[in-house]
Amino acid sequence: MGPWLLRRLGQVLPTLLILSVLIFGLQQLMPGDPALILAGEERGDPQVLAQIRAELRLDRPLPEQYLHWLGRVLVGDFGFSWRIREPVGALILAKLPVTFQLAGMAFAIALLIGVPMGVLSAVRRDRPLDWLANGIALFGISTPNFWLGIMLILLFSVELGWLPPSGYVPLTEDPLQSLATTIMPAFVLGNSIAGVLMRHTRAAMLTALSQDYVRTARAKGLPERVVVAKHALRNALIPVITLGTIEFGRLLAGAVLTEQIFTIPGFGKLIVDAVFNRDYPVVQGVVLATALIFVLLSLVADLLTMAVNPRLRTA
Amino acid sequence: MNRTAILAALAALSLSTAAGAQTLRIGLREDPDILDPTLARTFVGRIVFAALCDKLFDINEKLEIVPQLATEHRWEDPRTLLLTLREGVKFHDGEPMDAEAVRYSLNRHLTLQGSFRRSEIGAMESVEVVDPKTVRIRLKEPSAPFLSQLTDRAGMIVSPKAAEAAGRNFGAKPVCAGPYRLVERVAQDRIVVERFPGYWNAQAVTIPRITYLPIPDNTVRLANLQSGALEMVQTIEPDDIKTVEKNSRLKVLAYDGLGYQGITYNLGNGARAAGPFAKDARVRAAFELAIDRGAVNQVVYEGAWTVTAQPVAPSSPYHVKDFQPQPRDVETARALLKQAGVTPPLAVEMTIPNNPDLRQVGEVIQAMVKEAGFELKLNAMEFASSLQAAARGDFETYLIGWSGRPDPDGNTWTFLHTNGAQNDGKYGNPEVDKLLDAARAEQDLAKRRALYAQVWQVALRQDRGRMYLWHAKNIVAHSAKVSGFVPVPDGLIRPQGLRLQ
Repeated sequence: MGPWLLRRLGQVLPTLLILSVLIFGLQQLMPGDPALILAGEERGDPQVLAQIRAELRLDRPLPEQYLHWLGRVLVGDFGFSWRIREPVGALILAKLPVTFQLAGMAFAIALLIGVPMGVLSAVRRDRPLDWLANGIALFGISTPNFWLGIMLILLFSVELGWLPPSGYVPLTEDPLQSLATTIMPAFVLGNSIAGVLMRHTRAAMLTALSQDYVRTARAKGLPERVVVAKHALRNALIPVITLGTIEFGRLLAGAVLTEQIFTIPGFGKLIVDAVFNRDYPVVQGVVLATALIFVLLSLVADLLTMAVNPRLRTA
Repeated sequence: MNRTAILAALAALSLSTAAGAQTLRIGLREDPDILDPTLARTFVGRIVFAALCDKLFDINEKLEIVPQLATEHRWEDPRTLLLTLREGVKFHDGEPMDAEAVRYSLNRHLTLQGSFRRSEIGAMESVEVVDPKTVRIRLKEPSAPFLSQLTDRAGMIVSPKAAEAAGRNFGAKPVCAGPYRLVERVAQDRIVVERFPGYWNAQAVTIPRITYLPIPDNTVRLANLQSGALEMVQTIEPDDIKTVEKNSRLKVLAYDGLGYQGITYNLGNGARAAGPFAKDARVRAAFELAIDRGAVNQVVYEGAWTVTAQPVAPSSPYHVKDFQPQPRDVETARALLKQAGVTPPLAVEMTIPNNPDLRQVGEVIQAMVKEAGFELKLNAMEFASSLQAAARGDFETYLIGWSGRPDPDGNTWTFLHTNGAQNDGKYGNPEVDKLLDAARAEQDLAKRRALYAQVWQVALRQDRGRMYLWHAKNIVAHSAKVSGFVPVPDGLIRPQGLRLQ
């Protein structure tokens, strides 16, 4: 276990290094000169443009720009946002908890809907309950986030006046209010993942239920509830966990759109605004942080799978 | 938990969202950039500055220049401006706003690295302190637009002590002499300001706090207003005007702005300015005659905008009333193409910033000009990319707008003069250059307007150097609890006089 973990962690660093080159290179391919965007309506003034380029080192050769950036990142300095002149590191640290709260709540909602529905529809295969569950899953997967988001706002905020239509209050400031501001976006986000989780749980459960050990358990006269919950579900969960952690990463990505709709000042909104404003230091910082999160999540997935599946523990 | 309990919990939540009448919540279209008047660039930032930083002068509903921190101005000669400052004005840090502070601030605008004010007050040669309440500004050359620059960010006076202490981080805690001072800013979330008790015009300011909330999505911003989570929004879409009008708890006000939407033609910027469209004014005249501006306005904007043929909006005293768009005339357009020796269809490309409404404008124009013999290809591009393409000359025609300036020079010189920095299509005519330069130096309103009328005649009607489509309006919506809003064409929300029940 110890050496395995070390080896896995050893892979993280080169992965991130390669990613950093990609991040830096890809954004150079983005059309649109950042100096033009930063100059705003002053963009016609060559003096202004030259000054911006010099200040941001955009006039230097690309490798030099990259090495300069990498050198600063290695000492924990992600630079300053070009647009609002706040340190990128501080921005990331401020926005990350917001998106994690949103993604966490969305994931909880997805699990609470997806897994029980998947189990039920596997147990009641090809019966009305199964069809209903599949219908709900299809709805969840195929509803666009922005449409569902705006519908929810119109219903719960404008018509009924129950929930604030947008914005965000941190958990530490006012937990109730924080839940009120995040419940709709979390539902929108979770809804799309719930369908995926439901379909996967159903498939895994169907496989598990047809296994010999389930037949043996039934033959021993165990109650069906115990057969499903203890014998089948535990085995069916292994692929679901792997998938779940990847889906959690996807939630972070999905937050881009949802945060934009509900004006949640999180990671997604940070990167969207940064891309449109060609705020390169923010784009670089956020993408690198996201990559790190993904890498760590896949590590967590491996660890979780090991915890559930004893056969892997000796590896 | 039963149903009643859930409802009670939700009701409690929604109650706690409704702040008292102590705070005015204003929804903005985007998050402002840095709150340093020297370094700031965004329009929404100016809305926040209206609360934070007073200026030497302001403009009123009729675009007249009125006193703010300066009470009087006098031209000693066309290059020397004498300003008398208001007495007893204090900055948020308690420091006095005096001639030295004005000298410091104007020099800061002119020299601070990265200043966006430099080009606005580039005509300034020096500032002298005459006495604590008088400054003398010397210009390099006579400039009619100079005074109007002092009505915006270039005229904002900052506390020299605070600015020196903060350096380039001044934007994080700006200290000015406006009616409100900054409490906190959470990027992409909110900007909170509170009433400054030492404000020189304190009786005009009644609302204790203002919170600015950037909400980019139009539907969501409106939903916030409808549900009472905002008292005011900077702007709504034209097709939402009816919805707001039907709601008795809301008020909406559409009033003339300063900007325009137009089409830039590439006449001489690189290889793409080669075809008959770039070379022959008759072809461009045919193009313009094929377009019915009123129909575009009706189809895409519910007729909310004001159609135009010139860059200066009707809100300005320099708007030339008898220079109107020519009515659509497909027959003449076809004849003009024939005269120019063009065999239809003539392929032309139009670059469009990728917004839903502008794409629709492009489609309507495409259908209209097709009847006259143009095969218009639409090239929708993300905004930043389209700007770059235009600057490089990688376009034939470009559907682009301008937010507008109070002085007509800001809407014309840089776009129509041969040396204009934003003349992306490289239109050039020495006669027009001479007229624009003369208008820049002319102080008499009627004479100056006559000069602009000549510019339109030559540059737009004769040369067809550019085309103007419409002037958008500012559409402000607010709760019926808000009163006292003064619609100034610049679209800012001035807190002076605003009341909240």
